[in-house]
Amino acid sequence: MTDQKRIDEPTNTELVGHEWDGIEELNTPLPRWWLLTFYACIVFAIGYTVVYPAWPGVHSATPGVLGWHSRNDLRADLKSQQTRNAPVLAALAATPIEALPSHPQLLQAAIEGGRAQFRIHCVQCHGSGATGIQGLYPNLNDDDWLWGGDLKAIEYTITNGVRNPDVPTTRSSQMPSFGRDGILKPDQIQDVVSHVRTISGQEAASASSARGAALFAANCVVCHGAEGKGNRLVGAPNLTDKIWLYGGSREAITASVTTAHAGVMPAWGKQLDAVTIKMLATYVHSLGGGEPNPVESAAAAPAAAAPPAPPQ
Amino acid sequence: MNAPVDVTDAPLGTYAKRKGVYPKAVDGFFRRLKWAAMIVTLTIYYVTPWLRWERGAYAPNQAVLVDLEHRRFFMFSIEIWPQEFYYVAGLLIMAGMGLFLVTSAVGRAWCGYACPQTVWVDLFQHVERAIDGDRNAQIRLSRAPWGVAKLTRRLIKWSIWLVIAVATGGAWIFYFADAPTLAHQFLTGSAPFVAYATVGILTATTFTFGGFMREQVCIYMCPWPRIQTAMMDEKSLVVTYRDWRGEPRGSVKEHIRADTKLGDCIDCNQCAAVCPTGIDIRNGPDIACITCALCIDACDTVMAQIGRPRGLIDYLTLEDANEERAGCPPVPAIKTLLRVRTFLYLGVWCAIGIAMLFALESRTRIAIAAGQERNPLYVQLSGGNIRNSYTLKLRNMEDRPRFMKVAINGLAGATLWQRDLPVAHPGTSLTLTVPADSVAKLPVFVAASSPGPMHSPFTFQIKALDQEAGNATATAIFERPEILR
Repeated sequence: MTDQKRIDEPTNTELVGHEWDGIEELNTPLPRWWLLTFYACIVFAIGYTVVYPAWPGVHSATPGVLGWHSRNDLRADLKSQQTRNAPVLAALAATPIEALPSHPQLLQAAIEGGRAQFRIHCVQCHGSGATGIQGLYPNLNDDDWLWGGDLKAIEYTITNGVRNPDVPTTRSSQMPSFGRDGILKPDQIQDVVSHVRTISGQEAASASSARGAALFAANCVVCHGAEGKGNRLVGAPNLTDKIWLYGGSREAITASVTTAHAGVMPAWGKQLDAVTIKMLATYVHSLGGGEPNPVESAAAAPAAAAPPAPPQ
Repeated sequence: MNAPVDVTDAPLGTYAKRKGVYPKAVDGFFRRLKWAAMIVTLTIYYVTPWLRWERGAYAPNQAVLVDLEHRRFFMFSIEIWPQEFYYVAGLLIMAGMGLFLVTSAVGRAWCGYACPQTVWVDLFQHVERAIDGDRNAQIRLSRAPWGVAKLTRRLIKWSIWLVIAVATGGAWIFYFADAPTLAHQFLTGSAPFVAYATVGILTATTFTFGGFMREQVCIYMCPWPRIQTAMMDEKSLVVTYRDWRGEPRGSVKEHIRADTKLGDCIDCNQCAAVCPTGIDIRNGPDIACITCALCIDACDTVMAQIGRPRGLIDYLTLEDANEERAGCPPVPAIKTLLRVRTFLYLGVWCAIGIAMLFALESRTRIAIAAGQERNPLYVQLSGGNIRNSYTLKLRNMEDRPRFMKVAINGLAGATLWQRDLPVAHPGTSLTLTVPADSVAKLPVFVAASSPGPMHSPFTFQIKALDQEAGNATATAIFERPEILR
């Protein structure tokens, strides 16, 4: 109690006064600015909880003086994005789809818009990579098209759908179920399958395929054509190429001839606006199999609009 | 045993108020060295962004520019892309090695002469002396009650500090944008917000750190003194008081009166008076000592006046100090520089520099990267071929457009065509002009026959079709379905 302050000799520093078994602590106080910075942080933190949402309540947190909310930010972002997109969408609305390739920038904008819309409306069936599903939905990346692969044809298909009972202008046709309905006998069907596998290069010609060729001429050429190349007016697939939506094996083709497939698609014209459909069509067209505009588009459009009655 | 007194509960015992430091003006060799270092460093800092460097129509003409917006770094004839950031990393390693080298040889010379904190504090103190007068006047003024005279002086001083601070923050932003353009924008109020914010923050830090925090930044905030302490050894130069020569100290009068012979130190306290961090070097090595050597100048001046040899306070290694204390003759400072450790650091520093120069000279200015689209990985085409899709990135790092050819090697019968064109023209190669100083994105389809191996490695090759030529390749894999129907 004699001296108020004691100094540690080697370090020339004041001692705090605590002592444990002869071990003492040096007094090296915080610099004052550090303490002030600490107080400033506390003041800032209190201010922050007043200004911004902070204190949790039963249903929601305190709103904060500024009324800031992340959803407001989102709303503003969306709004500014819409304002930015408006002129592009207006230009798209004013441009017929077959004219888009001559406006590369607008086409690119449409493709990007279509990419986003595809993720919302189309991926459920066609998949996020637009690859479809074998046996159910066609792959949109390839160069094989059931109903036509130019911009206008794709736009028409998306607008009117496929085999949609509510839309008179829908893409429609019906292949007979040759086996189920007894039009062809099972061995006849095998002969037809042999022929189809021959013209698609999967099998060598045989007696069975020769018999099948005659049956094919009598039953199938109306839609699939004399050479089996298909007919897009009725959505009849090309049977000579390497792409088989419902499978190209003997079993798969036998099943398709016995019980016909008839894929369906919604008529998106009832749900989506024309610009969205235009964007979707350009996107699908851009995936790698898009075909150039047909030369006499004026003649093809009405034909596509009114497909001939499917043969029964 | 005395009961220890608890001082933690003493009023205001939990923090320490800053002790005022009022360094006295001094002249001498090291002071002049400091002036030179200050002029050189400040000139480099303020002038560099205004140097021009002709780079043609496709690149900025500012000699040193960190173009964050376009991810480019320009330094005279060198242009660095983000992919080449290792050059910057190399520079940082060299800077680190340079600090090791300097520290091992001459101790905290960085702190004493070249550190921005030191330079700006020095500048601020010169302003302070011009307004308030030297040490004694400053002490008097700080103790004087607040009045018109004191307030006027303070306001003048703070205003000048503020001007320096604004200029400091202002110069910084010119490294990141075209300086004349930004200066015009800045003054007309049309510069981007980040420019004003940066200037504002740097102004605040310069003003606070240079004017008020000063030596506290070095003592409490800066990690470098702690790192340096670990790197210094008994052969590093530190500012040392030759206590064996100076002690016992005594004033000139005491010298005359003394019965026994006193040391050379006349206890004039000039060494402590000039110290910018407010320490007394005669107490021994101190973490607060930035080795600015102003105390050496002060002491040498006094020694000259009283006719004693210079160097009572001097740059000395710990080892030499011990030897001298034991009676050995003084070792010239230059000899302490010649040692293995210093040369090792120097060697590593030079090796990195030479390696970087070599790499810089031999680097290619075109590059290609191939990224495969994975959704879908492959597509069956009706003709029987399999199609894969890639996005090629072609980098042209020259400041002029270049005509280039892209071809595929090592994939039999493969064709390639651009993906984003309305009409496909499959071929074995593509030509295109890659704009100056940019990356061209080239989406392509590659088709090859099927069946074939599931994974076929091949390469995309890019070739510049101009006089300078040059080529680069990127490997890719062509994917086919596992089982074909």
